[in-house]
Amino acid sequence: MQSLALIAPLIILLPSLGTIINFFWGPKLNERFSSLIGITASASTFVVWLVLFSYLNGNYYQPAIVDLPILDGWIRIPSVGLEIPWQQRIDTLSVTMMGFVTFVGTLIHIYASGYMHGDPRYARFFAYLNMFLAFMLILVSGNNLLMLFVGWEGVGLCSYLLVGFWFDKKHGVGLKNSNAARKAFVANRIGDFGMLMAIFLAFWTFGTLDLYKPTEVTNPHMMEALASGGGHGEEGAAPANGAAEEGGHGEEAPAGEEGAGDHTGSAAQLVSLASDLPIDQEGDHGEAAAEDHGESASEGHAGPVIAYTDNTHLTFSQLGIFAQAERLAQLGEGETLERGDGTTAGRMINFGAFELDIDTVITLITLFMLLGATGKSAQIPLFVWLPDAMAGPTPVSALIHAATMVTAGVYMMVRANSLFHLAEFSSLVVTIIGVLTALSAGYVAMGQFDIKKVLAYSTVSQLGFMVAAVGVGAYGAAMFHMITHAFFKALLFLGSGSVIHGVEHGHHHAHEHKHDDHGHDEHHAETFDPQDMRNMGGLRRKMPITYATYLIGTLALAGLYPFAGFWSKDEILADSWVAAIQDGKFAGFVALGLFVAAALTAFYMWRQIEMVFHGSPRTEAAEQASESVWSMTVPLVILAVLSLLGGFLNIPSGIGLFSFGLQGVFGEHTLSTWLEYSVVHLHVGAFQPLIAIVSLVLAVAAIILANRIYGSNKAINSEGLDPLEANPASRPIFALSNARLYWDEIYGRLFITPFNRTAAFLANVVDMAFLHDYFHDSVITKGFNGIGRLLSHPIDLGIIDGAVNGIGRLTRWISGGLRRTQAGYVRVYAVALLIGVVAVIVFMLLPVLQG
Amino acid sequence: MDIPSFADLNLGVTLPAVFLALGTTVLLLIDAFLPKERRHLTAWFALAGVLVSFVLTLFNFGSSETALAGMFVADSFTGFMNLVALTAAAITILLSIDYLKRTGNARGEFYSLLLLSTAGAMFMASANDLIVVFVALELLSIPLYIMAAFRLNNAKSEESGMKYFILGAFSSAFLVYGSALIYGATGTTNLQEILASIGGIVEAGSSAIFYLVIGAALIVVGLGFKVAVVPFHMWTPDVYEGAPTPVTAFMSVGAKIGGFAALLRVLVTALPFLVAGQTVEPVWQNTIMIVAALTLIVGNFVAISQSNIKRMLAYSSIAHAGYIMMAVAAAANPFTADFAARSALIYLLAYTFTNLGAFAIALAIEKDDGSGTDIKDFVGLARSKPVLAAAMAVFMFSLTGIPLTAGFTGKWFVFQATMQAGLVPLAVIGVLTSVVSAFYYVRIIVNMYLSDGEGDEAAGATPLVNWAVYISFAGTLLLGVFPILATNLTETVTLLASVAP
Repeated sequence: MQSLALIAPLIILLPSLGTIINFFWGPKLNERFSSLIGITASASTFVVWLVLFSYLNGNYYQPAIVDLPILDGWIRIPSVGLEIPWQQRIDTLSVTMMGFVTFVGTLIHIYASGYMHGDPRYARFFAYLNMFLAFMLILVSGNNLLMLFVGWEGVGLCSYLLVGFWFDKKHGVGLKNSNAARKAFVANRIGDFGMLMAIFLAFWTFGTLDLYKPTEVTNPHMMEALASGGGHGEEGAAPANGAAEEGGHGEEAPAGEEGAGDHTGSAAQLVSLASDLPIDQEGDHGEAAAEDHGESASEGHAGPVIAYTDNTHLTFSQLGIFAQAERLAQLGEGETLERGDGTTAGRMINFGAFELDIDTVITLITLFMLLGATGKSAQIPLFVWLPDAMAGPTPVSALIHAATMVTAGVYMMVRANSLFHLAEFSSLVVTIIGVLTALSAGYVAMGQFDIKKVLAYSTVSQLGFMVAAVGVGAYGAAMFHMITHAFFKALLFLGSGSVIHGVEHGHHHAHEHKHDDHGHDEHHAETFDPQDMRNMGGLRRKMPITYATYLIGTLALAGLYPFAGFWSKDEILADSWVAAIQDGKFAGFVALGLFVAAALTAFYMWRQIEMVFHGSPRTEAAEQASESVWSMTVPLVILAVLSLLGGFLNIPSGIGLFSFGLQGVFGEHTLSTWLEYSVVHLHVGAFQPLIAIVSLVLAVAAIILANRIYGSNKAINSEGLDPLEANPASRPIFALSNARLYWDEIYGRLFITPFNRTAAFLANVVDMAFLHDYFHDSVITKGFNGIGRLLSHPIDLGIIDGAVNGIGRLTRWISGGLRRTQAGYVRVYAVALLIGVVAVIVFMLLPVLQG
Repeated sequence: MDIPSFADLNLGVTLPAVFLALGTTVLLLIDAFLPKERRHLTAWFALAGVLVSFVLTLFNFGSSETALAGMFVADSFTGFMNLVALTAAAITILLSIDYLKRTGNARGEFYSLLLLSTAGAMFMASANDLIVVFVALELLSIPLYIMAAFRLNNAKSEESGMKYFILGAFSSAFLVYGSALIYGATGTTNLQEILASIGGIVEAGSSAIFYLVIGAALIVVGLGFKVAVVPFHMWTPDVYEGAPTPVTAFMSVGAKIGGFAALLRVLVTALPFLVAGQTVEPVWQNTIMIVAALTLIVGNFVAISQSNIKRMLAYSSIAHAGYIMMAVAAAANPFTADFAARSALIYLLAYTFTNLGAFAIALAIEKDDGSGTDIKDFVGLARSKPVLAAAMAVFMFSLTGIPLTAGFTGKWFVFQATMQAGLVPLAVIGVLTSVVSAFYYVRIIVNMYLSDGEGDEAAGATPLVNWAVYISFAGTLLLGVFPILATNLTETVTLLASVAP
């Protein structure tokens, strides 16, 4: 079973191959073949994922680290101890992310094969999609920060290519797309700066970039549970059958509907690995389990043979960055520990000129990581790129962003949970940023008329929920919300695509009735915006399937019981509540602002439902709209089912009958327990009835309020205004929201304009005007003349005269030769050089003179 | 003074550079005696010479010996620099053949000059004596002055050569003066002997230290001019813009290879203990740091507002000199000196491939009369010449420092070295300015891919130029994906007391 993990490199290799084929031979292939290559590459990564998933289940969720033979020493300079191998880490967290990426990615490939039909650069699009997938998988499966960064930059690059893909669209749409692409690229570069700094700091501090070393135990707590449960631990003599009990996995182990697989091979291997077991376990347990294997799923929990349950036997330099950080942070003042190579390490980290305490260093690292995350996961202050990137370009690229790339930041922070756990201050900042993002993006979503802009800001807002969850230490809840959100946000995006498609269709239909002769969209795309919700209304009867599924997505996003969003959002809220009230964390109190954000979510989503589907049609296009074809509605139905059931992935304990007894099927805390094997500081929270009721009441109240305002055909008044806009009392609130809180304008004022001005200033004024003109005229010419006068009048010596004349002649000779262009500039350059020489000499002499 | 025996001269290890230098004279003769209709073969002879020298270098690689009575050193550092310089020369030859023909300047002496200059760069990398540094610098520079003015009847080209010559002569003088001062203080020009006598001077606190420091400063100035760091950079945009494009391409890498080789060799081998007070780092570190920081800032910011591709690449090359200067600053720390030198080598290799590639494409779209070098001329290139545009995109990403390209590998090592030397603020400036650099590099990509317009037909993209692009492209990607190729080659590089005195 263990060898199954060796397949891991394929998960990157396959989409890379797809990219190469489609990139180089794409133009020669026909559409069918291109999409076949793309989809096959993507679907096969999903198959690889299935293998990896079963590997983990078969090996007691113990992580594997897979080397790629040809990139063995990816970057290695032994003499300075720089060693960064190309290693993939297969553990429950990375496999969760991989599953998520490959599954959603494959669906998007399939959707794209139809949607992009007829595009002149069809093959290119698939090449980009495959490349995106490859980089995303490098990002989530890398075992060191540098690989994570390679993936991080790679997806940024692909997003640039995908967002700008339709740069050649007419009517300014292309320009908008290319601007959005550039905005995304630049915003992400700023985030990348944070990532790079975090990586450098980590390397400086720990001397390695590995997340965990191959021999390291990730979560000692879970290992103990496994060891004691699986084989009754140190009482070791227990008979094999005893090990097969249900409790054998410890209380928190998953109920194991997928568990019992082939445990034996791994058990035997682990035995052979462990010659000096702290927890003794004899080989016949493995054999006994071998006999059990296959007979019954509930039996066969023979448990692994565990060599080590913690890392105490490893020296400091044998640990990855997280474990090293924890050891350093545990040191007292002035204490040191052996690195294992003869040197020692203490709390104070030396940075050449200054020293910093390890706590400060960890805080810095985490803050830089947060900056990286704000870029990729679209948080304040770098979120501005996501709405543009999602509203404009192809729905496909929008989707792949919403569903995969933006999760990278959250993933990275969950991965670094050990560091965030140690850095109280950073966690607080994370929470504040998450909550602020959730609130402001939710507020902005309230005032948008573009159906996809609403969803885009909603995505930003929901990412804020996840980031805030990381801040309060609810890592499991963050991952849970990430997964459920992917389901219903994908549903809503595809649904909006269907709506836009239908309205556009209706518009053509209406148009053709009037003018039979032309039906091309280019002709009237200028005047009619099929994404504008003001042009919709009453689509409920025209598009029943879209309506029903969209409604499910809305209720899930709003967090209504029993839809997926209820469970995940509730877990975030409950965990913040626990952090605030029981642990007294300030971050927890901040996170309570998410209640307001949750209410906003319900409000703007219901506003959208009222505007798009309820009431009566407001335009002829909406009147003539019709349901989309089955290839678009079938994915909607599938995703609707997932949005309905997705929440049962992680049913909290103590919920009683509310779960319909489904915990018998899905188990309680399935996801959290599964993740706990690789996320050390994940904790499993209990159900908080009070929180659930409050958040439900808030959501329902917000929906009722939205219904009162926008319902019964009042969604848009006769002047094309939003009711909130029409009412003088609420107009400023709406206007501010509609103007997106002026974020883009503020950025324009604060950064972009000054930046351009600085560059222009440096180029025109400093380099040209100052150095070439002003400097030349006032300093050199005048100074030259002055010195010349000074020298010639009092000391009217022939030698000096001759030298000056000589220089003058030389200069004239030069300028004579160069009269045609830029005469005299060489002088400027020469004198500037001279000044540089003096500066360098003086500067270098200073320490000598002082010392 | 003993007259060294022939065996002491150890001529074998000097062969790669000497062969190239002698070969150029033969090449001149060949060109003179070739019948007119066969003159085009000169270029191919030149290329063959480069290849032979390349092979000779490979044979010598990894040795660590001195030759010519201690004036010449052949170690891994030399070997690696030679390989980079020869690669640059080979790619430049490929770029030149058709370019010179279509601009009406196909004269055989061009290749002799190119090889002489390359030999100069190689001698600089092997210089173990301040006099050799100076002579090699002149051997590198003088052919470059002529080549810059190689386009007859073109005012800009003549202006470029003239400017370069005057300012270059000016800066060489500083180098000589600096060497003289150091000789005055130590009584020797041999780098090892300088190293040996510095300790005494510093400890005795004698006033000779002033000569040493001023001498070191002047050497930094002289070499800083060659590699175009702020504040000795002002000639760069004018000269780069005016010179024929293949010459600009070679100048932007060849002069840097020679300059940085000599700078690292002199500072790290001879002057590492030139300290004031109780510090570990030599006095030149702060200067180099400030120069590096200024170079990074000025180069990257001014590049943003350039509209001519050659001027933009000129400022970009200034900026890249700043990144290598970071490595030089890091090399001041005796504990990180060797790693920093390695990082500079890797950066130079990465930069060579990428920058030559970028110039190759600029050359491909340049018109015969020297126009067509505006950034606007890249508009729509992705449609007319998709392969060239894709390569250019990769070069731009590499210059920005996006992972899996050579540029990232180079930056990664340089930043790493800077951090290890404890120069955190410099590393921060480096990272921040490389963020800034994304602005002007991405603009080219935007023009090529995302702007409306008919693409240039790239008349200059002849098969030979295409080959140059492919080689640079392959180098850029290989070095990005398998940095180990470069790290293995530099494994044995040690500068600090590399050769026993």
